[in-house]
Amino acid sequence: MSNIKCQCGHENPYGTELCEKCGRPLSEKAKKSDIVDMRYEGSSRRSQTYKSSIVDKIWNFFSSVKIGVSIIVAVLAASAIGTIFPQKFYVPATTDAEYAEYYERLYGVVGKIYYQLGFYDMYNSWWFKVLIVMLATSIIIASIDRVVPLYKSLKKQRTRRHPSFMKRQRIYGEGDVENTEEALAKAEEKLKELRYNVKTENGAILAEKHRFSRWGPYVNHTGLIIFFAGVLLRGIPGFYVDEAMWLREGETRNIVGAPGYVLENRGFILENYTKDEAEEVFGEALDKVGSIVKTYQTDVTLYKEKEGALPGSDDLEKMQDYSIVVNKPLKFNGYNVFQMDYKLNELSTMTFHLVNKSTEKSLGEFTVDLSKPEKEYDLGNGSSVKMIGFYPDYDGVKDGEPYSKSPVPNNPAFIFQMKTPDKPEGERSFVAIRQTLEVEENDYAVKFASAETRNISGLTIRKDKTLYILLLGGLIFMIGVIQGSYWQHRRIWVQKDAEGHILVAAHTNKNWFSLRKDLDKVRESAVLPAYIDRQDPELDKQEQEGDEK
Amino acid sequence: MAKKNKKQIRLISRTVLLLIMAAIIVYAITSKDRVKVLAEGDKAPDFELVDLEGNAHRLSDYKGEGVFLNFWGTWCPPCKKEMPHMEDMYKDFEAKGVHILTVNVGEPKVKVELFRDDLNLSFPMLWDKNKTVMDLYNIKPLPTTFLINPEGKITKIIKQGMSEQQIREYLESIQPK
Repeated sequence: MSNIKCQCGHENPYGTELCEKCGRPLSEKAKKSDIVDMRYEGSSRRSQTYKSSIVDKIWNFFSSVKIGVSIIVAVLAASAIGTIFPQKFYVPATTDAEYAEYYERLYGVVGKIYYQLGFYDMYNSWWFKVLIVMLATSIIIASIDRVVPLYKSLKKQRTRRHPSFMKRQRIYGEGDVENTEEALAKAEEKLKELRYNVKTENGAILAEKHRFSRWGPYVNHTGLIIFFAGVLLRGIPGFYVDEAMWLREGETRNIVGAPGYVLENRGFILENYTKDEAEEVFGEALDKVGSIVKTYQTDVTLYKEKEGALPGSDDLEKMQDYSIVVNKPLKFNGYNVFQMDYKLNELSTMTFHLVNKSTEKSLGEFTVDLSKPEKEYDLGNGSSVKMIGFYPDYDGVKDGEPYSKSPVPNNPAFIFQMKTPDKPEGERSFVAIRQTLEVEENDYAVKFASAETRNISGLTIRKDKTLYILLLGGLIFMIGVIQGSYWQHRRIWVQKDAEGHILVAAHTNKNWFSLRKDLDKVRESAVLPAYIDRQDPELDKQEQEGDEK
Repeated sequence: MAKKNKKQIRLISRTVLLLIMAAIIVYAITSKDRVKVLAEGDKAPDFELVDLEGNAHRLSDYKGEGVFLNFWGTWCPPCKKEMPHMEDMYKDFEAKGVHILTVNVGEPKVKVELFRDDLNLSFPMLWDKNKTVMDLYNIKPLPTTFLINPEGKITKIIKQGMSEQQIREYLESIQPK
């Protein structure tokens, strides 16, 4: 892997297309071409240079743009396939066996394969993670491999270029003018006026503008990598929390995802607009739909474990009272608790009468708080009701016993022991909604009188320490895009060759039209030979002939 | 000489970058959850809960002895099924230095008491009214049982009901030597 020595004397690294200094074509391909390939200034991309060790081979693999594009296509294809069936998140199952069963039952063999390949939980599947990290690797390596040689060759470029370089530019012209010195001086002046960076070297001019726009893609990639790093940090416990929980009115519960904090729901409020207050804005809509919500609000009290207290202990200190409404979350220690959902009217208390069945006379009433039932309700005057069984979500009798299928009071049932002055040993009665069962005929009965309900707040708990990293990544990404899109790197070479001819060449990475405009302006003040745009020669000929008339 | 040096630097920097990316892949694949989820081999986090009688229990009270920590709910049939077996072995193993602690996941206290009286259970029933310890131990299905050895390490997490034979083996596995 020896260096290539150019005729001008400069040593170029192996794989160089155009001499870093004078621009002479070095490779066979460059020598044969009419217009030289100016990508990366014809410099040697380092990946193409060394292929000796295994490390170099892996490096070269990731350096390839083709590989990079293939990885992007693979990520896109996988993401598209991942949307065909619902993701794990939306599936009502908890164990792996249940998930497998769900996909197979609903989507057959395809569903089974979908599950087995991990598409059902794509973002957590090992191969998706591998793809994303490969993409990041490709971006980093491909960028390093291009930006370094590009920077070097732009830094090393000489003002005087070899005619073979000039001739192979897309915009090129040559000819004789009467006063070459004057032409060069005028051109230099005009180029400076056009705010080019002008360098001269006995009879040669290099005018350059907006070189920084060449770094746009690399700045952009840096932003992307920072963004990836932020996303990666989300996987580390403590950086990112996105949880949800239901909190009943009156309930106090540990905050899911926020260890050490406890939240009490003091009440959920759902308010609608009244016709009077919102006639002007919502009048018409109210007539149409009946009601429009004004507020979803959860009044909460936040508690924190005291310093040194163990989880689960009652050693809590009150932090604050707060009313969470939509878009006004409860904020503490980097966490936000948002109002997200609600359920209305879950049974909370039931009031019963103890009645004498024959006389229908009430011996008193008692109220059972379903979240905090008591063992015994004393009705005074010698009567009491004892709770023997409580089944919040009664679902029939299983194995000879009443069965509750969940702890939620959807369909409460009770077994009461009723003690009265007449029957001091007590009578038993099974009481469910619209159902009373007795082992033997009782004299007394517990009769349902009324019920109260409560609401449930759906809250989400969020914490995102990576947000500013993502923001920074996004910002740098956009700076790169702007830098690369709104400016172009333009270069104009004017020089007198050995025979006294004037050579003109120009190059830009985009927006050739504006480059020609610049060149035309230079030609207005300095007498320079006509040039052609060799990718669009006809157009130029007409324009320049027109100018000369 | 200079050239050889340069080549070496290149090889080292390339290797370092590739190794970092490989480490990221390994990390991304092995870290499954955003929140720290307890795994076998982890230290069992300490907590303090009161039982139905109001006595406070700390996990650290049982340091040097085995703890069979069972999370349960009254509505869960396998929980109900395994409890009498636990009761049968409770006294025996208490003497051998293995404690059975059960944690009810925040149901009404009366409901838990009725359940206990119904099955005649005598081991401590801790009452996690704020579901703090339930969240701390990432309890999803019920019953879930943690076997904690005398060193305070979780040796096994059982996410289903257990037979009498299994319970005995598990209890024996965390018996102090």
